[in-house]
Amino acid sequence: MTKKRNIVIIGAGHNGLICAAYLAKAGHEVTVLEARDQIGGGIAPREFSKGFTAPGLAHLAYPLHPKIISDLEIGNNARSKSRTINTISLSKSGDHLHLGQSSASGGSLSSEDQEAYSAFKKEFLAYAKALSPLMMNKPPRLKNMDTKDKITLAKLGWKVRFGLKTDSMREFLRVGGINIYDVLNEVFDSEALKGAIAADAVIGHHMAPRTPTTVLTYILRLFGETENRQLTSAVPNICEALATAATSAGVNIRTQSKVEDILLSDDQVTGVRLSNVEEISADIVVSNSDAKSTFLDLVGVQDLDAMFVHRISKSRTNGDVAKLHFALKSLPNFTSLDAESLRHRLLIAPNMRYIEQAFNPSKYGEFSERPVLEITFPTIDNPALSPDGQHTMSVNASFAPYALKAGWDKKRKTFTQKVIDTVAGYAPGFESLILDHELLTPVDIESEYNIKGGHWHHGEIAIDQSFMMRPIHGTAQYNTPISGLFLCGAAAHPGGSINGLPGRNAAQRILAMTKSGDV
Amino acid sequence: MSLHDFTQVLAKTPFHDRLALHSQTQDWTGWNGYQTPRVLDTVASEYFAVRSSCSVMDLTPMEKYLITGPDACAFLNRLVTRDVSKLKPKRVTYAVWCNDEGKVIDDGTIFHLEKGVYRLCAQHHQLDWLMLSSIGFDVTIEKDTHKVAALSVQGPTSFSVLTAAGIEGLEKLKPFGIIHTKIGKIPVTVSRTGFTGDLGYELWGTPKDAHGIWDAIFTVKEHGLFDIRVIGLDTLEMVRIEAGFIMPGFDFNTAETTIRADHDRSPYELGLDWIVKFDKPYFTGKRALIKESKRPQKRCLVKLIAEGNKVPTSAFLFDGKNGNKIGTVMAQTWSPILKSSLAMADIDYNDGKPPVEIWAEIYYQKELKWHVKWAKCHLQNAPFWSHPRRSKTPPNPV
Ligand SMILES: Cc1cc2nc3c(=O)[nH]c(=O)nc-3n(C[C@H](O)[C@H](O)[C@H](O)COP(=O)(O)OP(=O)(O)OC[C@H]3O[C@@H](n4cnc5c(N)ncnc54)[C@H](O)[C@@H]3O)c2cc1C
Repeated sequence: MTKKRNIVIIGAGHNGLICAAYLAKAGHEVTVLEARDQIGGGIAPREFSKGFTAPGLAHLAYPLHPKIISDLEIGNNARSKSRTINTISLSKSGDHLHLGQSSASGGSLSSEDQEAYSAFKKEFLAYAKALSPLMMNKPPRLKNMDTKDKITLAKLGWKVRFGLKTDSMREFLRVGGINIYDVLNEVFDSEALKGAIAADAVIGHHMAPRTPTTVLTYILRLFGETENRQLTSAVPNICEALATAATSAGVNIRTQSKVEDILLSDDQVTGVRLSNVEEISADIVVSNSDAKSTFLDLVGVQDLDAMFVHRISKSRTNGDVAKLHFALKSLPNFTSLDAESLRHRLLIAPNMRYIEQAFNPSKYGEFSERPVLEITFPTIDNPALSPDGQHTMSVNASFAPYALKAGWDKKRKTFTQKVIDTVAGYAPGFESLILDHELLTPVDIESEYNIKGGHWHHGEIAIDQSFMMRPIHGTAQYNTPISGLFLCGAAAHPGGSINGLPGRNAAQRILAMTKSGDV
Repeated sequence: MSLHDFTQVLAKTPFHDRLALHSQTQDWTGWNGYQTPRVLDTVASEYFAVRSSCSVMDLTPMEKYLITGPDACAFLNRLVTRDVSKLKPKRVTYAVWCNDEGKVIDDGTIFHLEKGVYRLCAQHHQLDWLMLSSIGFDVTIEKDTHKVAALSVQGPTSFSVLTAAGIEGLEKLKPFGIIHTKIGKIPVTVSRTGFTGDLGYELWGTPKDAHGIWDAIFTVKEHGLFDIRVIGLDTLEMVRIEAGFIMPGFDFNTAETTIRADHDRSPYELGLDWIVKFDKPYFTGKRALIKESKRPQKRCLVKLIAEGNKVPTSAFLFDGKNGNKIGTVMAQTWSPILKSSLAMADIDYNDGKPPVEIWAEIYYQKELKWHVKWAKCHLQNAPFWSHPRRSKTPPNPV
């Protein structure tokens, strides 16, 4: 085995925990330092009102990749299929659209649209699979490739060329860089269906259906459905399972340990300093924090090249999604929707135009008049999260720009009311059920979750901030200009949501580099 | 002067009226957007003013930036390859700065005017790079080129001329030192700096005092004891080559204007190893330069003396007469004082070493007829020209 290294990981988000578990399993001495009093980052359960808990920022997730599950010997609970859920796109008329993984019903869908949906999902899932060599490896450099990069590119080429049939490949190359609006208009008639799919393409991003790259973001999301996976509400289980996996691999996890400085000597990391001035030495430091925090605050501009600093500071990292949690007396009554259906994911994105119009104000620093909403009731599958008979409702509301022109302090109430009114448009009487609520704007998320800009992905996923350019070129292979410092969070390839891939790929990279003696 | 007077293509410096009076030729050109003389009389008379009496040049067009604020020193230290924290107040240093890849963006001088107050003088416009480099530093950067009227007074009698013009305290001013003093009643900052390799001073005042400063100097000439001549860019080009100073953008392509691979140059490739310091806090390009310092050097901008009396204008260089091409002459001059043909040349190194022999293929005209000849060239390490009085304090009055 290679020499045992002393490794510090900054942040116990799911990526930090996964990275830690891999490194500890390989025999290294790993300490995870988490600023908050809870581990999990975006998947840490959150008691937002006395007796009412929400799953965290992320209320839905695709199960972790089977490779991670088996590598880390994660038990069955995180794999649980019992809580897989579908999407119901709400209609004011009550004619709701039901979307399964491969079939769609309701919403007065024509049989052509139903067939088109199955074919479309199959096709796009194939594209997602074709990207798998890229998703499961460090993004190859285009200059000075190493053998691993060449293999990744070869596999990618092979998968695109032979994994897809010729027609498919041509289509993949055609749609890869364009927007989801054009693609969906080519394929479907139903406005509701187009709206629901487009919502998946833009959720978490500062994008609307007409924005370039939205086909790519949709395909990246669909990667979560490869390997027979389905969306699940079992997010808290993932958090628990990862904590167990990390600790049983020997990882030492410390909460309430905010790292304030990454210490360097001769351009090599030597450790970190906590906000309580305690210094912890390390041979390798891995950051689960976002790129701006890591480089601009923790390393500091004085130890970095000017253009590098400029590019990091100009990367687009402002979040555009707010989180709302509601403590409810009882489940709301959505027009023509039975209580059983509320365990699924509800969407308010009735058509693509609605999303586009919700997005427009956010370009100018204002929030949506009628926001796009993703709603779950985590307490249905997990009654322990609220007092008996009462419920937690969790909402991801788009678009709520980080840099709100008027400032969030003055506008919290107005925005909350817009969300309440939007829900009430589909569930009359909703407002009267509210016992308590909280709003987490991107500004709140920034300060509470230590993510600069409060972005879902720790930074926008656009072509110029993806793959070999994520977070920026020059530090896209998890290692950084500082020897011994690595990135392992959503800011790194392939980006955010609960997929664990940045954490896993970073660990692979670190292990390869320690083995070859490069760190 | 208004910054944006669009009726004028080239702006006039505060000394313009005086320059125009002295100019026999009205031969002007542009320099950083200012109208500046190329030659005022003859190159020969201007050249010999620099080398044997006293020359005056309008330096106003040189890019100037005032850098202040709590992080001014830290900012400059992250910018340039030298250790600025060692630059004491009232001292000047020569510096280069690089991009992330360790390629030179520009060179210039840093003036530590007062504790924590710096002026950066640069060859080319730098505001964008300075602003970009300032992210995360608490500094104020102000381009104040048009707020400073600057004259360069150079030559063996420059000390005597300026003393006669009423500047006090020059006898104590060491090379690369600064004093804030007066010329007559006019406040002026004087630095013992220059571009000629000889004794010389630079005077920094306000535009409204420009005529007063100028007239104070030229009154000395009217008294008949000293000759003083205004010089233009053509003479500057000759004397700066003699003194071995490089000109970014002319001797090599600056990093931020380079598109083609390998067309930019690192400090090592410009023979500036002596100002690249690794035992100082991080500076932009340091990582790249550390790597480069461990590899054999690929090429270098060198000083050459060509045998014979033909100037190797833009000549190709070879490793032998009719040998392999190994480089190009970037700047050249005939040196009247050294009676030699001088060149700055970009040459390829072989395995980290300069070629054993260097030959220039020189094309030249005789009565408009072209001829070609081969001249053997000799590498020169020290500046072609330098005089002991340049570094003596007080300089021996002439
Ligand atoms: C409003 C919102 C809703 C979302 N909903 C979903 C969803 O439904 N489904 C989904 O898949 N994804 C969702 N996401 C995205 C998801 O939460 C993130 O992409 C994911 O959490 C990123 O995981 P991570 O491990 O990389 O980082 P994080 O989960 O952000 O964890 C990073 C951890 O590092 C810690 N840290 C940072 N700096 C320091 C420091 N200096 N010292 C010590 N510790 C530090 C932080 O406190 C944090 O715990 C949502 C995001 C937002 C903003």
